[in-house]
Amino acid sequence: MHPLNETGNMPSLQLTETGRLKHFLTVSGLSKELLTEILDTADSLIEVGERNIKSVPLLRGKTIVNLFFEASTRTRSTFELAAKRLSADVLNLNINTSATSKGESLSDMLRNLEAMASDMFVVRHAQSGAAHFIAESVTPGVAIINAGDGWHAHPTQAMLDMLTIRQNKGQFEGLKVAIIGDILHSRVARSQIRSLNTLGVEEVRVIAPETLLPKHVDSLGVSVFYQIEDGLKDIDVIIMLRLQKERMNGALLPSESEYYRLYGLTRARLQHAKTDAIVMHPGPINRGVEIESEVADGEQSVILDQVTNGIAIRMAVMSMAMSGQTEEQNRLQVRSKEENAK
Amino acid sequence: MKIEISNGKLFSSKKDHSKQWESVEKIQISNGIISDINPVNSTFKADITIDAKDCYIIPGLIDLNASLREPGYTSKGSIESETRAAAAGGVTTLCCTPDTKPINDSKAVTKLIEELSSNSQHCKVLPLGALTKGLLGEQLSEYAALKDARCVGLSNAYNPIKNLAITKRCFEYAKTHELSVFINPIEPSLHEGVIHENYISTTIGLQGIPSLAETIAVSQLIQLAQATGVHLHLSQLSAADSVKQLAAAKREGILVTADTAIQNLLYTDEQVEDFNSVFHCMPPLRSQIDRLALIEGINSGVIDAISSGHRPHEAAAKQMPFAETEPGISSIEFLLPMAMQLQNQIESNRCLDFSKFVEAMTKGPAKVLKLKDPIIEKGSQANICVFDPSMDYKVDKSTIISTGKNTPLINQSLAGRVIATIFEGQMSYQLQK
Amino acid sequence: MHNMQAVDALLSSMAQNLKKYLKEKAIHEFEFVGIKTGGVWVAKSIQQHIKHEKDLGELDISFYRDDFTQVGLNPKVSPSNLPFETKGKHIVLFDDVLMSGRTVRAAMNEIFDYGRPASITLAVLVDIGCHELPITPQIVGANLSLQAGQRIKLSGPQDLQLKILEAE
Repeated sequence: MHPLNETGNMPSLQLTETGRLKHFLTVSGLSKELLTEILDTADSLIEVGERNIKSVPLLRGKTIVNLFFEASTRTRSTFELAAKRLSADVLNLNINTSATSKGESLSDMLRNLEAMASDMFVVRHAQSGAAHFIAESVTPGVAIINAGDGWHAHPTQAMLDMLTIRQNKGQFEGLKVAIIGDILHSRVARSQIRSLNTLGVEEVRVIAPETLLPKHVDSLGVSVFYQIEDGLKDIDVIIMLRLQKERMNGALLPSESEYYRLYGLTRARLQHAKTDAIVMHPGPINRGVEIESEVADGEQSVILDQVTNGIAIRMAVMSMAMSGQTEEQNRLQVRSKEENAK
Repeated sequence: MKIEISNGKLFSSKKDHSKQWESVEKIQISNGIISDINPVNSTFKADITIDAKDCYIIPGLIDLNASLREPGYTSKGSIESETRAAAAGGVTTLCCTPDTKPINDSKAVTKLIEELSSNSQHCKVLPLGALTKGLLGEQLSEYAALKDARCVGLSNAYNPIKNLAITKRCFEYAKTHELSVFINPIEPSLHEGVIHENYISTTIGLQGIPSLAETIAVSQLIQLAQATGVHLHLSQLSAADSVKQLAAAKREGILVTADTAIQNLLYTDEQVEDFNSVFHCMPPLRSQIDRLALIEGINSGVIDAISSGHRPHEAAAKQMPFAETEPGISSIEFLLPMAMQLQNQIESNRCLDFSKFVEAMTKGPAKVLKLKDPIIEKGSQANICVFDPSMDYKVDKSTIISTGKNTPLINQSLAGRVIATIFEGQMSYQLQK
Repeated sequence: MHNMQAVDALLSSMAQNLKKYLKEKAIHEFEFVGIKTGGVWVAKSIQQHIKHEKDLGELDISFYRDDFTQVGLNPKVSPSNLPFETKGKHIVLFDDVLMSGRTVRAAMNEIFDYGRPASITLAVLVDIGCHELPITPQIVGANLSLQAGQRIKLSGPQDLQLKILEAE
């Protein structure tokens, strides 16, 4: 932490001593091997959804709390479904910020929830770093899954996007990927860029007007394009980001129609990419703003695959994080027994 | 109270910097002044003796920017606790910021602060009055009354001023009353964010404040100072370009001085990469380039002083997602060990020599406040700090004197400890063995 | 040490016994399911011996183990693949080594989640005889007892061999 200390590595908040996942907060700091393990585990869980009984008993008896400080029906329901398919008990809490303004601090709220013997919190919050904060304050043994924090990260979304890419393209080496849209405010984009680079794609491009790009965006490991036609040349994977209406009010863009005129993914523009390029979108889609309807529903779109993969990825990270916490707690118990014996 | 300090290295005010430290045998203090140094025959009977072998003996530090939190923010600190912490840090004079509750924009509040600090007797407290009523940036406060109540200057305490016309009027009115203005340079319309705008803010997705938010304001303030003739003191510079502008202004003979806070000399925005809220500060910790420019500014004398930027907070203020936490570090108690860290940096020619640090916290701030140069010599007021640079110790939360435990130094091993602080001839702090 | 030929002989006798058993039980239509990885090899081999032409089901029981709270999740999980309906079917379940019986219990739980079978017949290459659950195989290649600390392992997929490993 302190630049003047010689202490070398700071232990990662997300990993156990043996490098297993115990919280899933961000793709940052995770190795290619671990990301691949997440994808492989998710792969094995996909067919659970095709069975007669769509669940495995892995997290039976565990209580998972969905702690959503930002409203989101889609993400919350996929996490809920994933938890149930792992046979866990699920509690949904939608916290209005007005409830916290009643004076109960986030820390106090966590204490109360922990008293209900929860094993895992899935957290979505408007502040960057919220999931980190919760992971640092929570009782040891409780796993935290980040369902999106401010502009910082949305790691499960990125991983389901990676799984979708792997399913359609076979491998990451040699791929050229373009992300189009509001990178500045996008936690999804940040997590996607990190994952793509860690998994070893050939090139990641961002295509957006300057006002929607963060400063020093190239430091994320991307090449920048302002013109969509240039940006799409030779592209294998196109990821569209959702444009939020507020951006028009914040003097960042003049209008939706100008944005669509310059950056909307139309059938004509799609021609600039490779003929077998796939089109992805984290949803929900703004038809006619960032993407033409025909493209969203077209042959090259894999948007519906993303949804199915979302459940499998979330099942995978929840299982792995619970597994890591279990391993760590066991090790600590053994260690304290040994110390008491001395 | 008769005090005798024996042995030690005395901070010399000679121009020749190679002879910055002189060995001294004895310093004798009585009746609040230094009665003798290295006397030949002495029948001095001291009440307290201090063995300063291998220690530095320096003038008591003068801190231009510290928040004492009283009146009004008792969970964060009080004049008693924070001046006591200051004494433990080697400080004998400090300027307290006006952002109390109620805000120090009136004679009554200033007098209250004066009374509380003179009761505590740990160090001299020089109040800064509010530049505008309620620090709202709209209307002048009563400068004459504030001066009367012994404010040494007027400060905006990191609050924005509504527009330049108001700033100009504040400067003109301050000039009328021969008061200095202590301004944190901020352009509010560019100041949305919680950390420095750079590749770290891009990576972790926290809104960044560009250096421009400070440097544009610096440019405007310098021009207004030139036009009005007021003494402008720029508080807590953080950006490289601000230093450049300051140097140019001084070359032109404009009456401007500046300080930088110790955290901006020690840390950069890399500290917040893992959302550690203890490093949430205003002004924000900027990049390595900015930090090195600030160090160079102190070395060259362009920046006149180093301040603590002391902002104690209760624990809850830092226990939230980063952007919701309150900014500030509790720093006044650890100024000298932090100075040792600055000296020991391995970046060769970019370190800050300890003697330069001492100058920037004694001679420099004295000049800004138009006080006498705090030289340790026979007949001068006895404000002295004895510092042992080789005493290692680990900072423990329970031993921090300040009410605010919000320092990144907790559980860290530090080199160097204050042994004793003498304020106006009385022991204001002594290290218990 | 049981080398390849001996294993082959075991598999051959298992195949004969299985044919006889299924005939006795009047089971004419059945599906083969192997527990990964060794059970799949055993199932494939016996499939060849009795000329059972259908697709083989492969079961990964990682998500059904009963020791999740002790050891967590196996990092090398792979997908299960049952290319047929299990509901109402007669299943022959294959594993290489039967020890405590927990693996077989997990496999049975997983099969039931696919659909309720008509029956499950258990066929194992080696039974160590240290059952912790009331699970008994109908078809056994060999009964062995091991000394404390020893383990037995089937290597494959070609040249199937049984090896006894000493504890470290």
